[in-house]
Amino acid sequence: MSSNIVVRHGTDLRENEVVRYTFKERICHWISGLSYVYLMATGLALFTPYLYWIAYVLGGGPTIRFWHPIVGFLFFASVLWMHNLWHNDMKVTDEDRKWSKTMPEYVTNQDHKVAPAGRFNGGQKQFYWAMFWASVGLIVTGLVMWFPELMPRALHWVLPIVVFVHVVSALVTIAAFMIHIYMGLFFVKGGAEGMLWGRVSTQWAKSHHRLWYEKLLKEDRGSIAPGSKGAD
Amino acid sequence: MSNGTLEIKAISGHRGGVPGGGNYQQADGLQHEGASRSYDVCKLVDTTTCIGCKACEVACLEWNGYEFRETMFANTYQTMPDTAWNFWNLIRFKEDEAEDGTPQWLMRKDQCMHCAEPGCLIACPADGAIVQYTNGIVDFNQENCIGCQYCVTGCPFNIPKFNEETKKVYKCTLCSDRVGAGLEPACIKSCPTGCLHFGSKEDMKFEAEKRATQLRANTSYKNAGVYDPEGVDGTHVIYVLHDINAPEKYSLPRNPTVPFFVKMWKGPLKWIGGIAMGLGVATLFGHYLRFGPKPVEEEMNQGGKAR
Repeated sequence: MSSNIVVRHGTDLRENEVVRYTFKERICHWISGLSYVYLMATGLALFTPYLYWIAYVLGGGPTIRFWHPIVGFLFFASVLWMHNLWHNDMKVTDEDRKWSKTMPEYVTNQDHKVAPAGRFNGGQKQFYWAMFWASVGLIVTGLVMWFPELMPRALHWVLPIVVFVHVVSALVTIAAFMIHIYMGLFFVKGGAEGMLWGRVSTQWAKSHHRLWYEKLLKEDRGSIAPGSKGAD
Repeated sequence: MSNGTLEIKAISGHRGGVPGGGNYQQADGLQHEGASRSYDVCKLVDTTTCIGCKACEVACLEWNGYEFRETMFANTYQTMPDTAWNFWNLIRFKEDEAEDGTPQWLMRKDQCMHCAEPGCLIACPADGAIVQYTNGIVDFNQENCIGCQYCVTGCPFNIPKFNEETKKVYKCTLCSDRVGAGLEPACIKSCPTGCLHFGSKEDMKFEAEKRATQLRANTSYKNAGVYDPEGVDGTHVIYVLHDINAPEKYSLPRNPTVPFFVKMWKGPLKWIGGIAMGLGVATLFGHYLRFGPKPVEEEMNQGGKAR
């Protein structure tokens, strides 16, 4: 077949490709991702003196102190948007529990022993919920830390706890983030491209998210008519 | 006293030790030998002889170049409810009753306590925004302050105050600029009753105990004592209180400490977090070397179909 380009959900599809993420989902993800990277970098600068040089690189201590909470709000807004887009897809099902039991096999590339996954596998859902709840923790504590001068003196004892929760939540997100980057960029090839341009090959979809792919055949996310899928 | 008294002992948010540091144990655990002999300075406030004249408040403003502000009357003899970013020295006032019903006017000169274990410095993330000199003075360097107010979180005495306009935090310097030049702090110089004393910590402690003993022996203040809280490793401002068992009457915390969660956050959490992040990166890299990227192959896919 010639390379006809089909457009679905703001995504250009060539032959044998399906929409992994719609344009809206990609925009949302990258607002979240880029703002998160800024928050992590500036947060780490204030976490340890050994990384305070990041503050100088990003415009100086007062500058990052000014922007960190504002970007934090942007990040949380994108998290809420993402939640609106994905909370149904992120519900943990029996299939996910089955998948999670085979996670050791997944991690060691014995993929034929891994239980089939839906649009998001059990690990992705764990990542999502860890990020979501940590973000809630971060925004709540972050709001207090933005304007500590408004805290009445009688409640000052709360401030150290607030900072502590902020730091612990941030460390949880950093652990999740490191795994996320590793999975997307290095471990699961094609994952990052899927999030950048929205398309993955039908092969990729079948291989990594078979239940989703089977469901997809009934929807309009493919570049070719569902009926012709049997050919490959 | 020479400029040597302004030798830096500890720096906030700073990696490694203090450059050219003196004779003390640094964060790296090593004992460093400095060239100069250092001794701690200390203010002694005898609350029993304070008459609440507020000369120290004025002297503080004068020396530090702040304008006297409008006072706030809240049914008390205090100038205002609390210290402010440009009002570091406040005579706190409380009307109280002695056990026999005698009315008491309790006055306390409130200012930075210059803790030996300063919560503000421990909490501060900005390199060089807070320094502790070997003579015990804890000083803020506003040019390095980023306005995060972690110092407010770390301070058990509610001392650092935020300036909305400059986005920096300010507090009493114990007149480090005067002390460094061999002068006593401005507040001390202005006190008309001699209730304020200044000298080495050792001498002030001796004077304070002597006064407390005298009060217990010769007055009705049988519980007179010296306030030099151990929870923060002692302070460089100490008080003689007429009742050491009730520091709250002077709005002083009974047992001030650097907040537990500040210690956890700046102690174990910092190291555990750093090590975990390092190990995490190493583990992922090791995993990549061992297993590499996940294959997407025709055969594998068919194997999967067979279930």
